[in-house]
Amino acid sequence: MIDFKHQQTAHCECGVVSNMFRHYGLEISEPMAFGIGAGIFFAHLPFVKVNGVPGSTYRVAPGQIFKNVCKRVGVEVKTQKFGTPEKAMAELDRVLEQGTPVGMLSSVYYLPYFPESYRFHFNAHNLVVYGKKDQDTYLVSDPIMESITEIDSKSLAQARFAQGFPAPKGKMYYPVNVPKAVSLKKGIVDGIKQTCHYMLKIPLPMFGVKGIRFLAKRLAKYPEKVGPRKASLYLGNVIRMQEEIGTGGAGFRFIYAAFLQEASQVLDKPELKTLAGELTKIGDLWRNFAFEAGRVCKSRSAAGTSYQDLSKLLLHIADTEEAFFKKLAQVKL
Amino acid sequence: MKKEEVPQDGENMHQGTFKQLFYAVDDSGKYTTATSVGWEPENIAMSQAWEEINEKVEQTRAAVLAGKLSPIAYYMEKSLLTLPQLAGYVGKWQWQVKRHMKPDVFQHLSEDLLQRYASTFNITVAQLKQVQ
Repeated sequence: MIDFKHQQTAHCECGVVSNMFRHYGLEISEPMAFGIGAGIFFAHLPFVKVNGVPGSTYRVAPGQIFKNVCKRVGVEVKTQKFGTPEKAMAELDRVLEQGTPVGMLSSVYYLPYFPESYRFHFNAHNLVVYGKKDQDTYLVSDPIMESITEIDSKSLAQARFAQGFPAPKGKMYYPVNVPKAVSLKKGIVDGIKQTCHYMLKIPLPMFGVKGIRFLAKRLAKYPEKVGPRKASLYLGNVIRMQEEIGTGGAGFRFIYAAFLQEASQVLDKPELKTLAGELTKIGDLWRNFAFEAGRVCKSRSAAGTSYQDLSKLLLHIADTEEAFFKKLAQVKL
Repeated sequence: MKKEEVPQDGENMHQGTFKQLFYAVDDSGKYTTATSVGWEPENIAMSQAWEEINEKVEQTRAAVLAGKLSPIAYYMEKSLLTLPQLAGYVGKWQWQVKRHMKPDVFQHLSEDLLQRYASTFNITVAQLKQVQ
């Protein structure tokens, strides 16, 4: 049996990085993984509709954090995808027998240990399978669960071969070469640079700080454009993307602030600690926005004014974040 | 957010069975973690999303009982699947799946295909043929 130390985290991808690397003696906290992996982001894509509702994201594309961290701290990873569930499950068993915990992509819908209310078809959830209890039951370290869980092989195979976008195709990954000690300094610097670039410099209106303004402007027009009922659903989705499972708008800001505090010590740069304090306040602004938006959803009021107010709150957040990331970009690292 | 401000609003849909981890600051401004049983805006947004789904499932169920759609339409909604997803699971084109949603076409589907639909929905063929 593999002795795997499970620790609950706020975000699945950073959690898998942190938990899996610790297994090999490489201590990287969840916020550190998020920061080095340049995980924080914003994009609003009205043309990419999920169940008829425009999509927003508060993080970089799934898999990017993991890829960035591995590259920046020098961990070599083996990644595999499969054509059939049989092959994917057989390979999982083979790697587990060698004593290696395996990270994988899965669909939340098919994970029976999740609360029913969370089980939507979200196909980019990361978890670690670290052993088998018996022929039909796998032991799971799911980063967002408080403790370790179990899953039957049929559900696991379904979760690994969910249809839709992105189709996980049984994707699994595990480190093949982990350095015993690494310097985090260069990774931190590169991660911060990439984040500042993403938040400030992408020359399209949907991304980064500009994307927050883009959403703000569209949100103000939801009631007149799509009617009160759909406007409420659109707004509800903004909140869910922002708040579901401990992450999102405010949550990611707090994780990134925690990263800046850690980074301030590693690099001996007190400026980063000051900036962490500023980002905590921005996280609180996002929380305030979610709170007000929730109230608007609940009342389902058709009054255009409430959407106008929410839009103003978002524009203020965009201004504050722009100032913040400009300061971060100017810190001499 | 301060640690003592981490929301504990249990008015959620998972009845306190699940706690999320949050990052928050302690009195000295240092980051630490705390768990939360839920938060009002998230609870509102999530129940709204489920209400919408349940309403759609009900409407589709009524349409099936009225003979306007085949059970495939009902179980697709109930499993929260989209047409492209369902088509992917049964290995058919989207227009074919749409055709199978016509009651008279559904009547003549092969046992093999019915079985594929049933296992996609995690039910038996007998259950697939009957919507109550």
